[in-house]
Amino acid sequence: MVLGRIFSGLARTRERFASGLGRLLGINRQLDEDFLDELEEILYTADLGSTGTEIVDELKEAYRKKEISESAAVLPFLRSQLLDRLHGCEGTLAQAQSGPTVILVVGVNGSGKTTSIAKLAARLHKAGHKVILGAGDTFRAAAVEQLSLWADRLGIPIIKQDTGADPAAVAYDAVSAAVSRNVDYLILDTAGRLHTQKNLMAELAKVVRVLRKQIPDAPHETLQVLDATTGQNAIRQAKEFSQTAGVTGMILAKMDGTAKGGAVFGIRRELPLPVKFIGVGEGIEDMEPFAAEDFVDAILSFDGESAGKR
Amino acid sequence: MFDSLAGALNSAYTALVGKKVLTEQNIDDGIRAVRQALLEADVNFKVAKGFIKDVKERALGQDVIKAVDPGDQFVKVVHDCLSELLGGEKTGLPHADKGPLILMTAGLQGSGKTTSCAKLALLLRKTKKKNPLLVAADLQRPAAVEQLQTLGKQLGIPVHAEGVSGRAPEICKRGIAYAIKNQHDLVILDTAGRLHIDEPLMRELEEVHKKCKPHGVLLVCDAMLGQDAVNSALEFHKRLPIHGVILSKADGDARGGAALSVKAVTGRPILYVGTGEKPDDLEEFDPPRMAGRILGMGDVVTLVEKAQEVIDEKQAEKDAKKMLRGRFNFEDFIKQLNMIRKLGSMKKVLGMLPGMGQMLKDVDLDDDRFKRVEAMIHSMTVQERRNPDVIHVQRRRRIASGSGNDLQAVHDLIKQFKMMQKMMSKLGKGGLGGMMGGGMPDLGELGGMPGMPGMPGMPKTGKKGRLPGPGAQGGLDELGGFMRRRKR
Ligand SMILES: Nc1nc2c(ncn2[C@@H]2O[C@H](COP(=O)(O)OP(=O)(O)OP(=O)(O)O)[C@@H](O)[C@H]2O)c(=O)[nH]1
Ligand SMILES: Nc1nc2c(ncn2[C@@H]2O[C@H](COP(=O)(O)OP(=O)(O)OP(=O)(O)O)[C@@H](O)[C@H]2O)c(=O)[nH]1
Ligand SMILES: [Mg+2]
Ligand SMILES: [Mg+2]
Repeated sequence: MVLGRIFSGLARTRERFASGLGRLLGINRQLDEDFLDELEEILYTADLGSTGTEIVDELKEAYRKKEISESAAVLPFLRSQLLDRLHGCEGTLAQAQSGPTVILVVGVNGSGKTTSIAKLAARLHKAGHKVILGAGDTFRAAAVEQLSLWADRLGIPIIKQDTGADPAAVAYDAVSAAVSRNVDYLILDTAGRLHTQKNLMAELAKVVRVLRKQIPDAPHETLQVLDATTGQNAIRQAKEFSQTAGVTGMILAKMDGTAKGGAVFGIRRELPLPVKFIGVGEGIEDMEPFAAEDFVDAILSFDGESAGKR
Repeated sequence: MFDSLAGALNSAYTALVGKKVLTEQNIDDGIRAVRQALLEADVNFKVAKGFIKDVKERALGQDVIKAVDPGDQFVKVVHDCLSELLGGEKTGLPHADKGPLILMTAGLQGSGKTTSCAKLALLLRKTKKKNPLLVAADLQRPAAVEQLQTLGKQLGIPVHAEGVSGRAPEICKRGIAYAIKNQHDLVILDTAGRLHIDEPLMRELEEVHKKCKPHGVLLVCDAMLGQDAVNSALEFHKRLPIHGVILSKADGDARGGAALSVKAVTGRPILYVGTGEKPDDLEEFDPPRMAGRILGMGDVVTLVEKAQEVIDEKQAEKDAKKMLRGRFNFEDFIKQLNMIRKLGSMKKVLGMLPGMGQMLKDVDLDDDRFKRVEAMIHSMTVQERRNPDVIHVQRRRRIASGSGNDLQAVHDLIKQFKMMQKMMSKLGKGGLGGMMGGGMPDLGELGGMPGMPGMPGMPKTGKKGRLPGPGAQGGLDELGGFMRRRKR
């Protein structure tokens, strides 16, 4: 179970729950300014950004309309508010009508792309699919070696060139191999790049063009890997990568830490992107399908006390 | 980075323009805007709250000198508070009394540790004449050792590695012994990324620390971090004393509020800023300077210092005089382009100027266009370059085809060049308050630039900087025009 995973081995306990939102909502408290302030803090500290303020305003409105009168009703209210915003956020992997399904993985530096690819490949491989990897990060030192090591461990083939090669050429080779070997999935790694780097974004666009040359509806899935510790910059990242590479979904990596990944709410205000998987560790098995309810519950169990203590 | 925070603050203090005194009432909007901006910039909620309280107290309290312009006063208060929060005085690396200086990195997965190790080794070799050794102590992540080795090879910096068997603390220890034996006076330990709540890995880090007694632990933080930055930083700091922070990936547009948070909760200074993926993309962090940048004052000090490194001042002054007499031609222009280029990529440079970062936020200013302009000028004959007036249509066509541009591009270049020429000679005749009268504007006077917020509390520099002549302010501004030309 995902929630179990997120919580396992972590110093996060029910006790903490009681000191955070639990403390705020458990005892019957007046829904006054202080209460709202605390609530806003809890939402903000989960990286919800202005969605936090928005929800607090909704709560005020509900209170004014007497739909809510006591603090005990607040938790269910918040839960439904958050869940509403994640409507349609769960999703499964797309599949090609025929031939190989091409999955392109993009994102900023160090977000967890390569590791997520290994996890995804392991998953598909385990389900009996024929998978091939493309080492499209030809820039970062030992990026090719990193993916190759994962491929070896999984016992699946990898298409690669030397560091410094044109990533579009690797993409081309990888699709050719995917087609000729008749695989089910090709997962293509890309170098990390900040969305502000115009030339690197153009390079990414070129990779997409090259993929389409051989398979017109490729990539069937463009997954952006987002580090769960990312703040509000995530929104700009999602916008830029979507514009350049037509992102179809997200993988929220590093959800095994104390960050809540609340930036997803900010992204969803702007783009209807689903979150397909969450990463919950560095191991090959540490990936789970995204489950909106678990995600929201993790946010609402936030320990508002430890954050920002001086 | 920090662009929007600057923007929000800008709009906050325009609300104060023309007001006679700072009151609870009229700073309220400003306060709210600052708070909102901080939160949008990912400053931790509690840190932002504390900061706002300080600002308010100071704005209304004794600290405020008789208000000449309440807007300026307010900005100064915000700037001062922010400078303090960011670190106050400059702090550097620790010293080793005897033996090599031992530094150790720590941080979350993917934060930029390995890259930063290589960058720091390179920087200290360059600036402090150090003879560094890198130690590959990440046995967790696939190919982490190869990554460091590759970087070491690229830079000609030896790497102590033992593959992925064994234990990190022992490898580090042997690495240090190797360094001592081989006369390395700097050792940087690259550790595996880890979550602050991963007990076994945190214990490993403590053990490395205990065994190797590094002179300083450097926490590598991603500039894009959100609210959780304080939690991880605090935990790392609790487990092993952090000497300072390296803020990586600051070359993007993340507003970097996490930097403020981490500094605020750990009390440890940010020492370096990573500004790119390449090994030389590491800069020293300077708190007051960054505060100025956050407030939209632009990083003038950095610009001036960089400029001093690459610009021949005498030549610059001569050029400036020539410019101001309206005798500015394409040859001078290309010289300037090259100078500015040496300062770094266009956007980086212009972003350092007050107000510019904000203005240029959405402008597509890339070096490609720079190159195109350059190509056009190179396709001109010497005569044309010296006397642009002779470039009639026939010649323009030749320049266009010679440089691989369309005719319109050449038209645009010449038109804008002439505008710039005109503006320059106006300046020379004492326009804009004679700002460029003495050749270049004085730093203090930049506050008087139209459309820019005042610049009280400008960080003091040792050298009293003067902006380089040609291309300064007005020139750069116009240059933006060249670069901004429509996209094809
Ligand atoms: N705790 C945790 N660590 C993760 C997770 N996913 C990835 N990592 C770690 O994060 C670090 C970066 O992961 P990579 O997969 O190399 O990231 P990347 O996006 O490919 O990085 P670049 O190619 O350099 O841009 C590695 O140390 C991974 O082990 C996760 O879900 N949880
Ligand atoms: N744009 C940019 N990228 C950076 C910067 N510093 C590091 N990176 C990139 O961020 C990614 C992660 O960097 P690493 O040095 O591998 O990070 P790490 O902390 O060693 O990662 P782990 O060992 O997996 O925990 C790589 O793609 C780097 O090239 C920077 O200042 N700017
Ligand atoms: Mg990678
Ligand atoms: Mg590393």
